[in-house]
Amino acid sequence: MPPEAEAVAGQVFTALADPTRRAILAALAVGGPATATDLAGRLPITRQAIAKHLALLAGAGLVTAEPGERRRVRYRLRSAPMQVAQQFLAALARDWDSPLGALTGHLDRTAREPPTTELHQTRGHHD
Amino acid sequence: MAFPDRIERTVEIAHPPGKVWAALTTAEGLGAWFGNEAAIDLRPGGSAWMRWVEEGYTAQMRVERVEEPVVFAFTWHIFGLPEDDPRRTYVEFTLEPAGAGTRLTVTESGFAQLPDDAYRKAYDGNTDGWAKELGELAAYLDAA
Repeated sequence: MPPEAEAVAGQVFTALADPTRRAILAALAVGGPATATDLAGRLPITRQAIAKHLALLAGAGLVTAEPGERRRVRYRLRSAPMQVAQQFLAALARDWDSPLGALTGHLDRTAREPPTTELHQTRGHHD
Repeated sequence: MAFPDRIERTVEIAHPPGKVWAALTTAEGLGAWFGNEAAIDLRPGGSAWMRWVEEGYTAQMRVERVEEPVVFAFTWHIFGLPEDDPRRTYVEFTLEPAGAGTRLTVTESGFAQLPDDAYRKAYDGNTDGWAKELGELAAYLDAA
């Protein structure tokens, strides 16, 4: 993976480390593009604080500014950096230890319980 | 920090490769230790699935390598990514006799890949997506 991808993912994780920025990104994901004023109406955060965080998020490429109604700037979530970050999470979320433990347990159990055909043969022999 | 592309595990199993092979490559085996139910068309290009009842999740797999009883491989969707995400990882099991048992290695690779267009989108400020799709829908409805 190119080092740039790590930088992109790093910015995503830095952004997500802050609860206010998580709330802003979540609001944009849920409701679509919004102005700082819209977001201030929806979140328990001052408009000034939201504007500061939006500027930071735009600088990191996680949201993009676009012209909105009445000459207000509207912010839109950019999903591409999130997709870059997802690949890191995917590797960390993958668990092979539990399935391999289950495989060993399964083989131990089936080895102790002979297949039914063998049971029938044994019974037949004794009869 | 480095992004892992590949995960690898090796386990020593006290059962011969034939038994391990059956557990890995039959619906009965996969449905017993891995998923809760499974089906498999055991040939390269064949499809397979495993279902986890409690989680309500079904994994669709595509069989890639079948070299009994040494190599079994498939690709599958990356768990946790959206259904329409094209990324798939490659899972390969290799079985080596080890005494009376088996040394089983599983490698899963491809975590560090990106969808063809995601890399471009991540850098060039392209802001396509739903806005564009919805714009196209509106244009389509206007024209109708």
